[in-house]
Amino acid sequence: MRDGDVVVGRLDRQEAAVVRGLVSQIQDMLLARAEEAPQDELAELTGIRTGPSEAPDDPILGRLLPDFHRLDDDAPDPDEVNSAAALRSLHEPELLDHKTAAAETVLQTCSPDGGELRLTIAQAEAWMASLNDVRLALGTALDVTEDMPDELPPEDPRSPHLGVYHWLTWVQDTLVEAMMP
Amino acid sequence: MTTPVEQERTQPEAVGEEVAAEDRPWQTVVWNDPVNLMSYVTYVFQKLFGFSRDHATKLMLDVHHKGKAIVTSGTKDKVEADVAKLHAAGLWATMQRAS
Repeated sequence: MRDGDVVVGRLDRQEAAVVRGLVSQIQDMLLARAEEAPQDELAELTGIRTGPSEAPDDPILGRLLPDFHRLDDDAPDPDEVNSAAALRSLHEPELLDHKTAAAETVLQTCSPDGGELRLTIAQAEAWMASLNDVRLALGTALDVTEDMPDELPPEDPRSPHLGVYHWLTWVQDTLVEAMMP
Repeated sequence: MTTPVEQERTQPEAVGEEVAAEDRPWQTVVWNDPVNLMSYVTYVFQKLFGFSRDHATKLMLDVHHKGKAIVTSGTKDKVEADVAKLHAAGLWATMQRAS
């Protein structure tokens, strides 16, 4: 809900624990990826950081950190492969910073006890981006489709997690509505 | 994307046809994915590029129905920066040379 320049919401203790747990996990994955960045003396001297040129093997990280070109799976254009590698190396450190900072904002503003949330516009934007990262990660892990049912058959191993995904979708949609110009 | 909205569709207008191809050689493409919300994608287009609600909604619906939309075009540097911003927002964006 929007109250002037403040976005107001409420989470109970259990909801806050779900948000904090998932956001922490994504932040850990992103920080681990950042650790893989090549270390070199030139970068330390110039302050220009370079990230890895290879896309992550993990499909979740791959979705959070996409290539800059749409590469053909079977016969990628060699020029585009080289360009995608160079652009990833150039932009990935900043993208990782952005995503881990958004996650940090959520962790700092979401009390483990739950309760009322009062977010500035910038904080609410960080929540939207971070919750979206969590949904992208869960969506990739659960292999969601556009017309995903509200519930899966109980024998489906994804069934218990789908409720969390749908709940996060609802929270994010509520935030977008509050933020829509 | 999820949550379809019934809305009349219009053809995308050709961008910068009068400009020589080498002056506008790059395009930002946003691809459909099953996770990003239609409302959020519209919000991101408005927020990042200053588009009107109508224009942002039209592009979002193109992504949803046609599988992709060209959202901006221009120099390589501009398009590269636009793709980086879209990645930060969690959208699936790539860049390509205009054909």
